[in-house]
Amino acid sequence: MLVAGRRGSLLLALAALLVAALPLFASNYHLQLASTALVAAMFALSLQLVVGGAGMVSLGHAAFFGIGAYAIHLLPAGISIALTLPAAMALAAIAALAVGALSLRTRGFFFLMTTLAFGQMLFFVFHDTPLGGGKDGVFITRPALELFGLAWEIPRRQRAAAMLWINLGLLAAMYVGLALLMRTLFGRALLGIRGNEDRMRALGYDTRTVKLAAFVLAGALAGVAGHCQAMTEAFVTPEMLAWHHGAEALLMILLGGLGALHGPILGAFAYVGLGEASTLITERQRLVEGLVILAVVLALPRGLAGIGRGWRR
Amino acid sequence: MDLSGLLAQLLNGMQYGLLLFLISSGLTLIFGVMGVINLAHGSLFMIGAYAAFVITGWTGALWLALPAALIGGALFGALLERGLFRHFYRREHLDQVLLTFALILLFEEARSALLGNDFHSVQVPALLDFSVPVTPDFAYSAYRLAVLGACVLVALLMFLGLERTRLGSAVRAAAEKPEMVELLGLDARRIHMAVFALGTALAMLAGALAAPLQSVYPNMGDGFLIISFVVVVVGGVGSVAGAFWGALLIGLVDTLGKAYLPEVAGLAVYVLMAAVLLWRPSGLFAPARG
Repeated sequence: MLVAGRRGSLLLALAALLVAALPLFASNYHLQLASTALVAAMFALSLQLVVGGAGMVSLGHAAFFGIGAYAIHLLPAGISIALTLPAAMALAAIAALAVGALSLRTRGFFFLMTTLAFGQMLFFVFHDTPLGGGKDGVFITRPALELFGLAWEIPRRQRAAAMLWINLGLLAAMYVGLALLMRTLFGRALLGIRGNEDRMRALGYDTRTVKLAAFVLAGALAGVAGHCQAMTEAFVTPEMLAWHHGAEALLMILLGGLGALHGPILGAFAYVGLGEASTLITERQRLVEGLVILAVVLALPRGLAGIGRGWRR
Repeated sequence: MDLSGLLAQLLNGMQYGLLLFLISSGLTLIFGVMGVINLAHGSLFMIGAYAAFVITGWTGALWLALPAALIGGALFGALLERGLFRHFYRREHLDQVLLTFALILLFEEARSALLGNDFHSVQVPALLDFSVPVTPDFAYSAYRLAVLGACVLVALLMFLGLERTRLGSAVRAAAEKPEMVELLGLDARRIHMAVFALGTALAMLAGALAAPLQSVYPNMGDGFLIISFVVVVVGGVGSVAGAFWGALLIGLVDTLGKAYLPEVAGLAVYVLMAAVLLWRPSGLFAPARG
């Protein structure tokens, strides 16, 4: 998995600036749409660590996203984001540790089936038990934006812009953090496992621990994405944990390109944009989504990032 | 404990488990022989159930739906294999996952466009609409007993077919060591198509058999798909016998759990799967591997 070079990074930074400037000219509706894309990008980026990084296809990733979202619902209403965000990460990481430790006893398709089954189990926990507050979802109070006693009061009119900036900031931090991580020994080991796990083990790496660490980190980051979606929409629903949601993130990864760290970000924006454009044509969203997947799988196996070769070093 | 109640739950559990076997045996064979995962396998079950609903609606006879599901399923499976899956055997896992996920979306969309999004019920055939006295104070639905019998029959035919016929032994060889097929000079394409047709036919038959037992509704295949994955993980890698015992075990645990421990029943099968992964990660009934 390649990290964008100097030119690619510059383009990404320019794109981020453009998104940051959206509140100057875009309507609230489009700001919310941009936030949706930013959250989707965080979610897909977190999954890319598992899929593009370690070469493991997980179908249970949405569960960690949903747990991060439900963290706000489970904590007392209206407390600071400085508490809810770390709590969302911690809860998602604990769940990922449990699921990962069990699922990583298998490989390949069995890993996929196991993560799907455990993800569905967590879906049932929030769907069917009193913990989640009902199968139709619940409205939540947004966490307060205060840090070290400094509160940021947002007038209702500017909320969409504020959410956009928070989501953008967190996505940028996540991307830069992962780009740096891929340059460390840990990142190299992960890519080595993707290439040939047996060889890495022969070299003395504890491959299962490396994979588990990546899985847990990816879970925690999915928790951040879930937290951000819940905060942006002030609403949580068990559907956030459903495996279809995780499959959509896989689609974003494939759409953007499996081989590049920034691929999922491109893929998420393309996916959200396609979804929005398709509402103009038809109400049958699943039809459009299904056909898009078929087109990508059949015709564009290297994703959007594979089209512009100049993006790659 | 109430004995006749327990007996009813045991029979229910076995019947549910045997239906699960019809679904998961196809899943595990397709996976074992072609190394491809089919997330749309649950949708095939859904299509079978809707086929039963439509056919009983037209003709009033469920028994017509069963051969229709079997034959239609085999043809549909062969078509899917030929047109789509054949090109994906050597592709990345991610491509296969997304391809079959797309099929789920398209099948569900087709179902919604053709038949709408309502829940439907399918009549139990009049011939079997009575109860069989099993013990003096306990009677059991004749249709459920018939489903039990039909599933056992299919399982027996399948074992005989796999053990005693040339095609069956080729399929077994392919499931255990895919590279064996070419070494033995067998026609891999024919085997692949046969396996895919069989798996599809079984999933659609299961759907048709299950239609009168529960309502027919959108996304009904989803739950069965995931429980079938649990069966395959618990039962063991690519083995039909593993799928059989795994399906019975999961069916019984789930049904008895729902009857006697309703608060935690939804989680029981997953806890069982976690225990199996801790104890024997390659599955409870996996053959010893050299």
